[in-house]
Amino acid sequence: MSTLLSFTALGLFTGAAYAIAASGLVLTYTTTRVFNLAHGAIGMVMAFVYWQLSVAWGLPIWAALGLVLLVIAPLFGIVIERVMMRGLGDAPVSVGLVVTVGLFVGLIGVAQAFWPPRARTVDQFFGRAGVTVGDAHISYHSLLTIALSMVVAGGLYVLLNRTRIGAAMRASVDNPELLGLFGGRPQRVSMASWAIGAASGALAGILLTPVLSLDYYELTLLVINAYAAAMLGRLRSLPLTFVGAMVLGLLQSYAVGYLPSSELLQGFRAVIPTLMLFGVLLFVPQARLRVGQVKGIVSAPVPSLRRSVTAGLVLVGVVAAATPLLPADLVMLASIALIYGMVMLSLVLLTGYGGHVSLAQLTFVGIGAMVLAKLDSPSVFALVVAALAAAAVGALIALPVLRLTGLYLALATLAFGQLMDKLVFQAPFAFGFNESLTAQRLRLLGLEFGTEQAYLVLIAICFAGMAVGLLALRRGRIGRLLLAMRDSPAACGTLGLSLRWFRVGLFAASAGMAGFAGALLAGLRQTVAATDFQVFASLPLLLLAVVCGVTSVTGALTGGFLLMLLPLTQSEYPALAGVVYLIIGFGAVGLGRDPNGLANQLFRLGGWLRSQSWWPRRSYEPPLTASAPAEEVPSGVA
Amino acid sequence: MALLDVADVTVRFGGVTAVDGASISAEQSRITGLIGPNGAGKTTLFNVITGLQPPTAGTVRLGGRNLARWPPSRRARAGMGRTFQRLEAFGSLTVRENVLVAREIHQGVKGLLRGSGSRVDELLERVGISGYAAHRADAVPTGVARLLEMARVLAIDPRLLLLDEPSSGLDESETAAFGALLRELAAEDRTILLVEHDMDLVMSVCDVIHVLEFGRIIASGTPEEIRADTRVQEAYLGAEPASATGGQP
Ligand SMILES: Nc1ncnc2c1ncn2[C@@H]1O[C@H](COP(=O)(O)OP(=O)(O)OP(=O)(O)O)[C@@H](O)[C@H]1O
Ligand SMILES: [Mg+2]
Repeated sequence: MSTLLSFTALGLFTGAAYAIAASGLVLTYTTTRVFNLAHGAIGMVMAFVYWQLSVAWGLPIWAALGLVLLVIAPLFGIVIERVMMRGLGDAPVSVGLVVTVGLFVGLIGVAQAFWPPRARTVDQFFGRAGVTVGDAHISYHSLLTIALSMVVAGGLYVLLNRTRIGAAMRASVDNPELLGLFGGRPQRVSMASWAIGAASGALAGILLTPVLSLDYYELTLLVINAYAAAMLGRLRSLPLTFVGAMVLGLLQSYAVGYLPSSELLQGFRAVIPTLMLFGVLLFVPQARLRVGQVKGIVSAPVPSLRRSVTAGLVLVGVVAAATPLLPADLVMLASIALIYGMVMLSLVLLTGYGGHVSLAQLTFVGIGAMVLAKLDSPSVFALVVAALAAAAVGALIALPVLRLTGLYLALATLAFGQLMDKLVFQAPFAFGFNESLTAQRLRLLGLEFGTEQAYLVLIAICFAGMAVGLLALRRGRIGRLLLAMRDSPAACGTLGLSLRWFRVGLFAASAGMAGFAGALLAGLRQTVAATDFQVFASLPLLLLAVVCGVTSVTGALTGGFLLMLLPLTQSEYPALAGVVYLIIGFGAVGLGRDPNGLANQLFRLGGWLRSQSWWPRRSYEPPLTASAPAEEVPSGVA
Repeated sequence: MALLDVADVTVRFGGVTAVDGASISAEQSRITGLIGPNGAGKTTLFNVITGLQPPTAGTVRLGGRNLARWPPSRRARAGMGRTFQRLEAFGSLTVRENVLVAREIHQGVKGLLRGSGSRVDELLERVGISGYAAHRADAVPTGVARLLEMARVLAIDPRLLLLDEPSSGLDESETAAFGALLRELAAEDRTILLVEHDMDLVMSVCDVIHVLEFGRIIASGTPEEIRADTRVQEAYLGAEPASATGGQP
């Protein structure tokens, strides 16, 4: 009886903290249509700030708390809104996601740069004091948290439902243009909601730190829990969000208390939010297609088949010629860069052409690597099976969110990545906890690719083949369809395109490409472990893809190269680890609105060079906008 | 029997009732007009018919079949096509590619294998925008974009066409040509439901007209009957003579 009571109290406490975080998330989403993926990260940074004030500088608790909640966090929210988020609600979902992921990664960088890793603790409010019911001790800290969650949820409910500004906020959900008509000042509304949102993240973070310890990632991942809770209210209803948060807290607490502690169930507690999320997603009704003119986006130029094949051959030739001259460690790095380049190509298909976002692309790489290692047969067959397995898993994720908009698909991938990370990859039937699998290098038509040098040439051939295939796809019917889908899903639907299955296919194809790259990676490394595919690493991957240009092969190649450098810089200069994240994160915030990224600057430079008088000229250059002679292009890569 | 039959459809957005128990029908091979002041609920009704907006109540039937819970794509494959008042052209594609994509979607898997170029060029010719074939769709004048939507919807060969203010942005001679096109399409056995603010066009091409006001049908009849209806004159045509009363959205 008393254990039940303690676990209930603990569950209500965590639930209350989730409720506080989730209410803020719902508020910013309903008023600005931006899903703030960095919500947990804001809470994390604010918890560090609170630690700095109260523990490091010894301010009284009430002063530190007041400063963070009433001054620093709201100001921070306002700055974010002013500098990064303005107008994002009307931008494509993918842009909003990339910008908030950028903030997410950037904030982790900030925390690492200002508060280098070491043990830090924050005491509970009122120390260990509390009330004792039977044998169960319930701390005042828990009681305060529960009370605060009710105050926050109730306060926001009143704000939204009983005040004029709240009415304007709610009206803006279905019809943002209406907001202006209410005489309200939309910018004030959105600034206020970001200020409140940031403060709620901070409060949740501060309340949870004594329990969770001050960690960069634990608190940042709070966003998944808050999202799971908020989904019960479809990201809109505050009362349902509150219920969802409490249910989640209790479920997690009871899981600790009553589930037998076996190895398989080890990671289970951590993924309860994810499981609940997928459960809820299944019951969310069909999303409506938004109508309204969409301006086409400027895409990177698409080279002709001839040109892309030539470029591919040149790449393979250069790699083959240079390989014998390179030292072994450079060969390894070049191989990794090209494999990452292939992962980036999978994002070109999904994000650049398709307009969808995956926050767990590295997880698909991991699946490919795992399957290849498990099959333990260095054949083309194994490569293909690995790619197909990743594709099948990709389709499986896309299925439950089939009916929903791109936002939900992206968030589901994040939850899925965490699930694989915590529950599957570390399980004994997969990589194993703190263990690794071994893989062999490919043998093909009697050719051995056993040496690093030979394997690099093989990887270059695969990259070139994938790139040429992708570009052929882009020029052909499927590419046209992808652009049409992105420009106006509503028009595609009313023309007879079944959007759901198309999206599942797209997602599966992209996951399959990532899985293929993963299989090659397993062969390259020869030992692979769960830690190689942690969910967080997918985020810098996505950001680099966007920063470098997610609409072109050039961008993918550059992105692969930079991603290869990332762990290198971090191990060579540990002090810079945070700064690198900071640069990537805020780089994405800055460049996220132009999916053509840095690669586009290269194309512009190329265009400028060609426009100079001293540039050797061909007689006729067809204009870029000329209608594509579609029938000449083979497009059977589907 | 009518090809399209909309019965007692109601749509509420929170407190706003956009469509309020409206019933309309469109007869096979006829041009049916749907008119009404701004905000009357015409576009919302189109969204319900094409499956973009689930109705709060009411049914939509096509050829006698109840379409409840059919997604837009299935309705399109059953022969329904529409244009959008707020243009939904594929801005990243050229005008010709816009129509080509529609054609390929229509042909499904077969479209992936077989070319459909010649038919596309015919359609551009037919609505009169061949000159813009190679222009990007987000860089053409509104009138051309409207006609592009027209060509695009014709590419899926629909038997029921829902046109939402297709002539706004067209000049006088283009509008006249457009009226002739509508007549031709009806003669090809296509059924047309036309939302239009240009009264001259509506009165000259429509066989039957429904008048919508505050989400309700206040009158239905031939153009002569509608012109003579006093309620319609009060509610809609007002004191102004019957020409181009409506504005841009
Ligand atoms: N998604 C929505 N959310 C809330 N209200 C809406 C929504 N869509 C339409 N409305 C409202 O429903 C009513 C009908 O709008 P609708 O666009 O159907 O009118 P309409 O007859 O097409 O007008 P117009 O002639 O201006 O095109 C309007 O009051 C509009 O504000
Ligand atoms: Mg309208």
